[in-house]
Amino acid sequence: MLHHLIRQAAQSGFPDESFGRTLVQVAPSRRNFLKAAGAGGALILGAHLPLPALAAGGAPPGIVGPADPRPHLFVIIAPDNTVTVLAKHLDKGQGIVTGLATIVAEELDADWAQMRGAFAPADSKLYGNHFFGIQGTGGSTAIANSWDELRMAGAAARAMLVAAAAARWNVPAGEVTVAKGVVSHAASNRRFTFGELAEDAAKLPVPQKVALKAAKDYTLIGKPGLHRLDHVSKTDGSAIFAMDIRRPGQVTAVLARSPRFGGTVKSVDDKAARAVPGVLDVLTLPVGVAVIAKNTWTAIKGREALKIVWDDSKAETRGTDQMLADYRKLAQTSGAVAADKGDVAKAFAGAAAVVEGEFVFPYLAHAPMEPLNATVALNPDGGCTIWAGSQFQGVEQMVVAHVLGCKPEQVKIETQWAGGSFGRRATTNADYIAEAAIIAKAYGKAPVHLVWTREDDIKGGRYRPLFLHTIKAAVDSSGALVAWRQRIVGQSFMAGTPFEKMMVKNGVDATSVEGASDMAYAVPNLAVDLHSPTSPVTTLWWRSVGHTHTAYAKEVMIDQLARAAGKDPLAFRLAMLKDHPRMANVLTLAAEKAGWDKPLPKGKGRGVAVHESFNTFVAHVAEVTVSDKGHVTVDRVVVAVDCGQVVNPDVVTAQMEGATGWGIGHALRGEITLTDGLVDQSNFDGFLPLRMSDMPKVEVHIVDSHERPTGAGEPGVPTSAPAVANAVFAVTGKPVQTLPFSRGGMV
Amino acid sequence: MIRITVNGQERQVDVPDDMPLLWVLRDELNMTGTKFGCGIAQCGACTVHVDGAPTRACQTPVGTLAAGAKVTTIEGASGKVAEAVRAAWQKLDVVQCGYCQSGQIMSAIALVAANTNPTDADIDAAMDGNVCRCATYGRVRAAIKDAAQSVRA
Repeated sequence: MLHHLIRQAAQSGFPDESFGRTLVQVAPSRRNFLKAAGAGGALILGAHLPLPALAAGGAPPGIVGPADPRPHLFVIIAPDNTVTVLAKHLDKGQGIVTGLATIVAEELDADWAQMRGAFAPADSKLYGNHFFGIQGTGGSTAIANSWDELRMAGAAARAMLVAAAAARWNVPAGEVTVAKGVVSHAASNRRFTFGELAEDAAKLPVPQKVALKAAKDYTLIGKPGLHRLDHVSKTDGSAIFAMDIRRPGQVTAVLARSPRFGGTVKSVDDKAARAVPGVLDVLTLPVGVAVIAKNTWTAIKGREALKIVWDDSKAETRGTDQMLADYRKLAQTSGAVAADKGDVAKAFAGAAAVVEGEFVFPYLAHAPMEPLNATVALNPDGGCTIWAGSQFQGVEQMVVAHVLGCKPEQVKIETQWAGGSFGRRATTNADYIAEAAIIAKAYGKAPVHLVWTREDDIKGGRYRPLFLHTIKAAVDSSGALVAWRQRIVGQSFMAGTPFEKMMVKNGVDATSVEGASDMAYAVPNLAVDLHSPTSPVTTLWWRSVGHTHTAYAKEVMIDQLARAAGKDPLAFRLAMLKDHPRMANVLTLAAEKAGWDKPLPKGKGRGVAVHESFNTFVAHVAEVTVSDKGHVTVDRVVVAVDCGQVVNPDVVTAQMEGATGWGIGHALRGEITLTDGLVDQSNFDGFLPLRMSDMPKVEVHIVDSHERPTGAGEPGVPTSAPAVANAVFAVTGKPVQTLPFSRGGMV
Repeated sequence: MIRITVNGQERQVDVPDDMPLLWVLRDELNMTGTKFGCGIAQCGACTVHVDGAPTRACQTPVGTLAAGAKVTTIEGASGKVAEAVRAAWQKLDVVQCGYCQSGQIMSAIALVAANTNPTDADIDAAMDGNVCRCATYGRVRAAIKDAAQSVRA
């Protein structure tokens, strides 16, 4: 997601260590954070990292100076000896709270057992994502974003603890050491815990310059054995998700939405719904018909009793078969140019072998395990407080402020652990949170908890778009790739949003062509163009965004070309990656660990894929068994990843494991289809998730690197499915160009 | 009034007979460790034990519980097997988003209680009803084996 912005930021340089960064000590007035730490006398630190001016009309990010005089609070050292790191990013399972705490703990020389995590309050000025200009989590940016500011904050806090100890002992600061959460003076054999020094340290001036550790001195960053900070609360039922919020007097709402995308309410008969005992109100609103009840079950029963006539005059009434037929027609014509290098037509004329392919990618739901929900309580000042697994706090504050007619800063957000997202919670119009605010405003009497059922989620859109790719590519007589022409057809989910100006240039939505228009393989003639047809069906980024389809089409096509050229798929790729050493490196690593050259028995095959996304490099090698009947079993998957400096290797490993399951699971049997505009699937009995017995063995190998850290949440997805498809191709000789595999009777 | 026994405590709730146990636990008793995931027994996030047997609370109308039936939720899961399963989950850092893990753990406890040396096929059979969208399945499998081993020891 937003890779374009990330690249812009990377190109213009990350903020320089010496520029504009001031460490600031918190004013005592911010007692809310002191309370959060459970005690007074705490040392609370932050770092000023100026936000790039992305919000100002797409200007290239640059250093604009501190936008806000208040400190960016990140670290709280409390007298009880706990160190709490305030995470400005949402943890939806990717382990970012653990990762951010690791960064601070390293510079602080803390003991891992004393580290805690908490979600920062919503405030884009204090907690904006440096790549977005507002507070938000996405695009696998969180570690890259926080790497500098959290090391600075940790190092400054350490220096202040050292200074406080030196003063208490009346010794030079240079004689004071810190290790595993203990501040020591070796010569006199004296020690303090951080908690014992917190109050003194808080009174000291904040050092304006601090030395950061060299990578060779890390004792926590990149090291195994640090457990996730949420591994206990998520195994005893005590972790609180938005779904678990229970405010005094709270009521539950469910919303009846148009079964067809773009439909609106024509008329409502709510008599039967109102007659359900426990139903408190029925509200007909622009977003649908809300049933408010004293509990969730009753609200659902009330909604079932509604009789609604929908106006479908502006609704999507096509099925996906018809949409695909329309896409095929579009693919006969040229689209907006995303890449144009050399002369593909001329290259095709002189080629030794030409390969063509048509790739079809279905709509896909995100279906996070925690169905979408949010609780909104109206506040006396005209604002509100929201409890949600909030991923785009900056957007949500602006949208809800518009709904309520208040200022964005009057929209308080209490971010909760999120039960998955995969992109779904980061919407450009705050969809489900806006619904909750609209209902809370209309009801007006009590905090409203809006709950989406699983059916609401599966039928509710914001899907990974349906995509069609046509590719024609050629090799010359030496077996080298000489031409590649690719046409992509699929909806833009950036068009019509506040992000359009940044993300759509000359008719090309960067998120539709990423991974295709910037193909890493050396090819002298490259043409990529794009059609972005529109439909009322709502679409959205989905874990790894454009790369979910572009990497698949590219990598499956490359195997077909390797075969046409009579080359080994691994050697064919490596020969085209001479200018991309990090890609070549992960490719080689995965192949070595998988035993690429070891023969497999009949009926088994091995496939490979490599891709860069979100500045991270990943290769997959998959081994499959294809039965006599053509059924595919994924036996083993080897992953190699280069995400720069690894912060927590086990969390990165977990992300690669999960991303592999995510990619393969949807490739096997994931699809959302429409018939006459109605979604055919409604729950996990139709939108079939990966299950235990589907999960292959996954081995993860992480490249040892001290490059700047990038991200790990999404980049494991793009290569997982094409590696499996290429393994199937190795067995059957038939490329898998239409997803899911179940369409071809393979599962 | 309906009487049910949850985690060893007798509770009274004033709800219709057809309200699923899931919503009784979550909305009436404020025991939110048991999760709503699908509502149709397809994901297992709501798994509790009824007299020790793994049960989908979303498809168990509270009125159908036998008199004296003992309901155990994630909050009340205890004993040697439960402790071994929870310890294995923590040791292997199984969780990601964690939303499905109450159900995964309740299914795993029931499996290990009945079979202290489960094969991969046993694990598939016992756990295929528990969906994890983060795909923590590999670690769930490893944790079940780890827990089973410590129960055997």
